[in-house]
Amino acid sequence: MAHETARSPASPGSEPASGGAASGSVVLDDTGIRRALMRIAHEIVERNQDLGRLYLVAVPNGGIPLARQLAENLRQIADADVTVGILDTTLYRDDLISRGERPRLRRTEMPSVVDDRIVVLVDDVASTGRTIRAAMDALMDFGRPRAVQVVALVDRGHRELPIRIDYVGKNIPTQIGDSVQLRGEDGGLEGPLRVVVVPAGAEGGA
Amino acid sequence: MIATDLIAVEDLERADLERILETAERMQELSRRTVKKVPTLRGRTIVNLFFEPSTRTRTSFEIAGKRLSADVINFSTSSSSLSKHESILDTARTLDAMQPDAVVVRHQVAGVPKRIADVLDSPVINAGDGAHEHPTQALLDLLTVQQEKGRIDGLTVAIVGDIVHSRVARSNIYGFLKMGAEVRVAGPPTMLPAGIETLGVKAFISLREALDGADVVMALRIQLERLAGSLFPSIREYAETFGISRATLRYAKDDAIVMHPGPVNRGVELAHDLADHRPSVILDQVRNGVALRMAVLYLLAGRERAVGAEGPL
Repeated sequence: MAHETARSPASPGSEPASGGAASGSVVLDDTGIRRALMRIAHEIVERNQDLGRLYLVAVPNGGIPLARQLAENLRQIADADVTVGILDTTLYRDDLISRGERPRLRRTEMPSVVDDRIVVLVDDVASTGRTIRAAMDALMDFGRPRAVQVVALVDRGHRELPIRIDYVGKNIPTQIGDSVQLRGEDGGLEGPLRVVVVPAGAEGGA
Repeated sequence: MIATDLIAVEDLERADLERILETAERMQELSRRTVKKVPTLRGRTIVNLFFEPSTRTRTSFEIAGKRLSADVINFSTSSSSLSKHESILDTARTLDAMQPDAVVVRHQVAGVPKRIADVLDSPVINAGDGAHEHPTQALLDLLTVQQEKGRIDGLTVAIVGDIVHSRVARSNIYGFLKMGAEVRVAGPPTMLPAGIETLGVKAFISLREALDGADVVMALRIQLERLAGSLFPSIREYAETFGISRATLRYAKDDAIVMHPGPVNRGVELAHDLADHRPSVILDQVRNGVALRMAVLYLLAGRERAVGAEGPL
């Protein structure tokens, strides 16, 4: 998600703020996130007959704890053993050249083959659709999935590409300059999670 | 990392080195994929401008550029107007007018990449200049040590051979010192620069003392074609006094690794069997070279030369 928040004028060329817990209003707390992920797990089971083909692929960093929780939920409700992968989209972004400093690369770990799997991309915040576009391009370099579906914990709108989110935790209308962030304890993504909206300009330089 | 050129490790901060190493570690994952190419530098042009023969470094940069989808053009002395006595800066200006997104320069004279960088709008990457520096070699050596040992800070690194004429040694001395290692150099007195200690290294003319307790042993290439007979009595004597073998390696730590920038003179600076097997990591160095150069190109190529952002990375 760094991709999309970084496009706001308040935060040129930086990662989404991870600390700064002071600013921003919580729009989804830990309980809300857990409920949403449980509902999404049920929806995934409902839509896919062949759970053996499922492959959860997280877009770092926010997608990682969410994908792990979804895998745990799928184990509970459907006794499914679903692989979790991590796919960094940075090298596939469409805005690298126009920006000044190159963004940090995140890790990619794809433990299983992608061919013939039903890949469920998991991102924390969906907006323009450019991250998902980049993730799909990256995915195709790993093989030919049978199908690709998308989970977003939050859909904040402002789509710029014809991308559909299949499973949405919560729709949250926002202003374009706002920053929507998944946060954990101590600025990381550990412990209880929450989603906060930081209004445009509220966090000088994010 | 706000700079546009990579000329010398001496100019870099530790944070710059760490950023490059971290990026290179991520790039390594790409080399394990079936499709080893990403679209990052699609439509961008990288020029390899080599005034001195080179196969390894040039090929490494070429593969790195291609894996990032850049178009890579090679100019070398034998195939271009470089052999028609056009001045270096005129050649560079001509290339610059074609608007490359990065220019990789190797030259036999120290300081040429810097001079070219001063003239060009494009980012310039030094691929070795005279006896000055070879920054990407040192960076790939740092990457290799970091992966073998899990850290660089606190390690003892012994660099053995012709320190005076070695740009690899100079870049590595700066790199390992900045990353917190202890650096020792060893060689015949004719090959140790006067006052080398002022850089912060310890100099030895005894191999045994230099290797005592070392975690990393780096053998440098003896440039037989240039030096034989001038700086040491005979190749055989050099091999017996400063050659790294399983026997001399016993002075170093039990888990010491052996490095060499290549190409190896087997039986001279490095014993035959050591060149091919652990604890030597020579092929890992080569492999890491591609990822490291991808990282450098990713961080520098195609960036605008912002006003006021001159200087090191």
